[in-house]
Amino acid sequence: MRSSRRTRVTAVLAATLGLVLTACGSGSTNQLGDSGKDRFQAPVAENPSFEPGTTMAKLSKQGTITVGTKFDQPLFGLKGLDGTMQGFDVEIARIIAGRLGIPADKINWVKTPSKSREGYIEQGRVDMVVATYTINDKRAQRVSFAGPYYQAGQDLMVKADNTEITGPKSLREAGAKVCSARGSTPSEEIKKYIDPDNLVLFDVYSKCADALRTGQVDAVTTDNVILLGLVNESGGAFKLVRKPFTEEPYGVGITKGDVAFCEFINKTLTEAAQNGTYRKAWEATAGKVSEDTPQLPELNTCS
Amino acid sequence: MRVITDNLPLYLNGLATTLRICLYSGLLALVLGTIMAAFRVSPLAPLRAVGTSWVNVFRNCPLLVVLFFMAFGLPELGINGSYFVFGTLGLALYTSAFVCEAIRSGINAVPPGQAEAARAIGLGFGQSLSLIVLPQAVRSVIPPLGSVLIAMIKNSAIAGAFGIGGDLFSVGENLTSAQGEAALPVLTGVVLGYLIITIPAGLLLGILERKVAVAR
Repeated sequence: MRSSRRTRVTAVLAATLGLVLTACGSGSTNQLGDSGKDRFQAPVAENPSFEPGTTMAKLSKQGTITVGTKFDQPLFGLKGLDGTMQGFDVEIARIIAGRLGIPADKINWVKTPSKSREGYIEQGRVDMVVATYTINDKRAQRVSFAGPYYQAGQDLMVKADNTEITGPKSLREAGAKVCSARGSTPSEEIKKYIDPDNLVLFDVYSKCADALRTGQVDAVTTDNVILLGLVNESGGAFKLVRKPFTEEPYGVGITKGDVAFCEFINKTLTEAAQNGTYRKAWEATAGKVSEDTPQLPELNTCS
Repeated sequence: MRVITDNLPLYLNGLATTLRICLYSGLLALVLGTIMAAFRVSPLAPLRAVGTSWVNVFRNCPLLVVLFFMAFGLPELGINGSYFVFGTLGLALYTSAFVCEAIRSGINAVPPGQAEAARAIGLGFGQSLSLIVLPQAVRSVIPPLGSVLIAMIKNSAIAGAFGIGGDLFSVGENLTSAQGEAALPVLTGVVLGYLIITIPAGLLLGILERKVAVAR
């Protein structure tokens, strides 16, 4: 009797373990190597001076800045296993901090997923947000945007051998199931091209990539730069359709109405574009995967 | 509270989807749970083993893991289907373990004399269970069964994260991130939505309990 109960318990344990292992087995991480030697380093201004009372003067004096970014966005904002931050957003933030005289190691990084960005800025928990943050009117009612520092566009990612899906207009015809992140702008935009029943939503894009791999969905859609990171991680299993169908200007989110800080960031971005820092920051990060180097987009006026 | 009135159709859709998930999972969980409870008290050892393993696996595995397995494990094994089915099934399997235990406690509460009397008049195991024991058992476990079902309604918010679009909780997430609405009023709407489902459910269960209670 005792031994039979033990066998039963063992069987249950084995089944549970199997379940857990299968659940954890999916998903892969593959980071761009950071050799350290040729790593891009944003220049740090020595003893910069700012008009008293401005955000710049305050940050420069305290010598630290709190920056919100994403921790799970390869090529743009990614926290490595060793805790170091890397990506184009991260470098842009480092350039801005550097102009304030704050070196890279004095930046406090705060994880700001899409849904919490406005709230974090309003509550003053971050000084600025650089997190693949598309400028739009709705958001601009709650925060101010400097920039844009990059113009992304929504695109589709499909399996490498897929020839049926050639752009957003081919989706309905193919009856394709499309995956995106819940609450993201791309998930709203794609509704113009597919039936609502064919839209699959997850909290993060890595789950979409898993669903694409197993054939549960036919395409993943979001900004091309995010897809680029996923394509890079897929080991040749996925490709980009390369037909961007929206314009996603990425801005730096700051406290609503802080015009001086906004103008300072815009000036810093223009300088970075002129002296080549902008290009170097790109090449050190997303440029390792992307074919073309972007130009700094035309900046918005601060208000 | 403008957010709620402005987006009322969205909220109502979310409510409908959540109700749909809960209805299907709830029914399936009740059926599966009852079958498993019957297995657990059956005189046949293999059936008892199935019932025990079922309960131990699904009760001790976090719902998140069960849903993860449904949404990402099954396609890996070559089983593809809609995420609505995966999510609803996962929620039902998980809940069925708790339903089973609730019903089994009810079966234990039925005086043994009832089952003995059933046997004495010549009823088999299946007959005495379905005609004599289960009806009394279920009636005495309405309150715990109600708690299990209300927990399931709340758990359906997690199922929404596994590919099922448009449930109440996802609607809230959508409003806060895509449309940049402030979290507090949006979430208030979500809370109201769940209360609209759970409070009447609780009241109904209370009425049901008074109607069918077994006096012992």
